[in-house]
Amino acid sequence: MTAEDSHHGADIAARVERRWATVAVIIIVMMAVLAAFAGIHRATMPQPRVETTDPSRLHLSGEFVESNLGSVLEANGAVTVRAIGQQYSFTPACIVVPSDTPITLRATSADVVHGILIQGTNVNTMLVPGYISEQLMRFTRTGDYLMPCQEFCSFGHEGMWGKVRVIDKAEFANRAKAGGRLSCVGQ
Amino acid sequence: MLVNRKLILAHFWLAFAAFGVALALGAWQMFIRSPLGVWLANPELYYRSLTAHGTVMGYVFPTLVAMGFGYAISESALQQRLVGARWAWTGFWMIVVGAVMAMIPVALGRASVLYTFYPPLIGNVFYYIGVVLVVVGSWIWVALMSINLRVWKKANPGAPVPLAMFANVAGSYLWAWTAVGAALELLLQIIPVSVGLKATIDAGLARVFFSWTLHAIVYFWLMPTYIAYYTIVPRAIGGRIYSDTMARISFILFLVVAMPIGMHHTFADPQVGAGFKFIHSAFTALVALPTLLTVFTICASVEIAARLRGGRGLFGWITALPWDNPMLLALAFSFVMLGFGGAGGLINMSYQLDASIHNTQWITGHFHLIFGGAIVIMYFAIAYDLWPHLTGRALADLGMVRTQLWLWFIGMMVTTFPWHWVGILGMPRRMAYFDFGDPAIAPQALSVTFSAIGGFILLTSGILFLVILARGMRSPVTDAGDYQFSLAVHQPATMPIALNSHALWVALMIGLTITNYGYPIMTLALTEGTSVPAVYVGAQ
Ligand SMILES: [Cu+2]
Repeated sequence: MTAEDSHHGADIAARVERRWATVAVIIIVMMAVLAAFAGIHRATMPQPRVETTDPSRLHLSGEFVESNLGSVLEANGAVTVRAIGQQYSFTPACIVVPSDTPITLRATSADVVHGILIQGTNVNTMLVPGYISEQLMRFTRTGDYLMPCQEFCSFGHEGMWGKVRVIDKAEFANRAKAGGRLSCVGQ
Repeated sequence: MLVNRKLILAHFWLAFAAFGVALALGAWQMFIRSPLGVWLANPELYYRSLTAHGTVMGYVFPTLVAMGFGYAISESALQQRLVGARWAWTGFWMIVVGAVMAMIPVALGRASVLYTFYPPLIGNVFYYIGVVLVVVGSWIWVALMSINLRVWKKANPGAPVPLAMFANVAGSYLWAWTAVGAALELLLQIIPVSVGLKATIDAGLARVFFSWTLHAIVYFWLMPTYIAYYTIVPRAIGGRIYSDTMARISFILFLVVAMPIGMHHTFADPQVGAGFKFIHSAFTALVALPTLLTVFTICASVEIAARLRGGRGLFGWITALPWDNPMLLALAFSFVMLGFGGAGGLINMSYQLDASIHNTQWITGHFHLIFGGAIVIMYFAIAYDLWPHLTGRALADLGMVRTQLWLWFIGMMVTTFPWHWVGILGMPRRMAYFDFGDPAIAPQALSVTFSAIGGFILLTSGILFLVILARGMRSPVTDAGDYQFSLAVHQPATMPIALNSHALWVALMIGLTITNYGYPIMTLALTEGTSVPAVYVGAQ
């Protein structure tokens, strides 16, 4: 390598490097502007989407009292499921839902952090005490799904397995006629 | 010039001894939850073990490696005796005391909260104070690295800071700021509850604080590995760094963008709104950039080495590489694992894709591939490279070194690939055992068995590693010469100030963290009625 070659090579390397540096800096500045913009304009805020609830009063009143847990068929044909997690089980332990129906899962924790995961689906959410988790779901296949607690919640965590039973839409409507909250506990 | 060899050796030995214990615990855990093991009569032992494994591997082991390596870099790259050696020893002993203090309640089953703490679960206060001591001890190192660089700059005005030291100091600043999230969680929230000053805690807020630490900490673990890629590997295989500037830009990018992205860990959490989740997801994508730059630069550097050895052709140079050189072997394994782990990481950080694998065994597979695989294998390489300079004795048996690296790579593959698979099937993580008798779970038994076998291959490799180092303390005396770092093809004579100092980038790092975390934290802190009763671990 002659001195001239080396000089030429250094020029090329410097040019490539400068281009990379410019691109990187532009991206960083854009991201910073984006974050600031979202914050200042209140375009995206945690607060409007965050719902809270007092875990020590769940059983006394409000949405998560025991008589309101389970699945309910709404007037518009959609289904809402309400559930709570506590060391070391879900209530209801077996959730029954119809197939081919939009379902809203609303759940919270009565004590520590838990998680709901329905195997074979993308339903996967955390239950943080003090906050309400909401997840939309829809099942096309009937049958039983395992629903383990996916977050460590102390010594009995490995025993915290719930179940989701997806039944035919018509059968669910039939059972919902009687009113009240449905579950498949003990069936 | 390595003067404080004892100090550096103390850090490495403590790091690797703790690593050995935690590795054995990990292998035991995998055995116990596989169909090979019998169900524990007391599953609680599993969570004690898991807490110890995570705490040592997450906080103690990588921190000590970064510190020991950092002191070695400071002395040998700056050619300057370490300023503040007595403080360095103070930091070391703080970590020793902290680690012991934390592990006693863990061993007694009084702090089985795993290394991610999980409030409102509250363990014994000494566990948390021990962790805080480890972190504060490491902050002494951060200060020392900064001071040593300053002393050197005063003596060498305007000269380019050696790349290894530039990266080392960047890593130390990243760590100092990263640790603040968990420190705030511990000091403001958890410790007051664990000593009984308060009875309630905001679990959602605590999770946001922890996410501040939880992602960037991975980049702190990664720093010694990247420093080794750039400043050890090219020299060890007879090549040169393709571009010194590119290396600096990569380290700067890590410093700036690794921090404000942790909320992708809370994608499935109810206490963070969609907007900030999305922003953090976008930022996480950006962190792929310095890694892509690094893969490009290091491959180019390795190619230079091959062509200097007479390698020809578009791909023919690959065969000209010194494949019996442990450093090259470690690099190749590290890159393969980084590739698989990185691809998994892109899935985890994707706003939508995360739902299918969140908190499943996939995640365990992912971070073991990145940290346990790509990162730790380079920790081995760093130790092998430094050992002769620290002990004044040669590491003679290169065959044994190669076997150790191969075993680690194979063990990591056998462990993590089945984990990814069962994760997709929906197997949750952190469970003491599974009922493989349940027909719905039985199909996962084979994969879990493979993982357990992988765990024992890893344990074998880890023991071999310790044996090699211990034997290296007694092999024949040799003069290893000065400890050298790789030179660049075009070694810089001058350096623009932005690439030669950290102030601007540290300011950006802090600014971005405040924009990305300030608002959500403030809102959560001001929301009334989200604090929940503490649940004390081990209380009857
Ligand atoms: Cu649970």
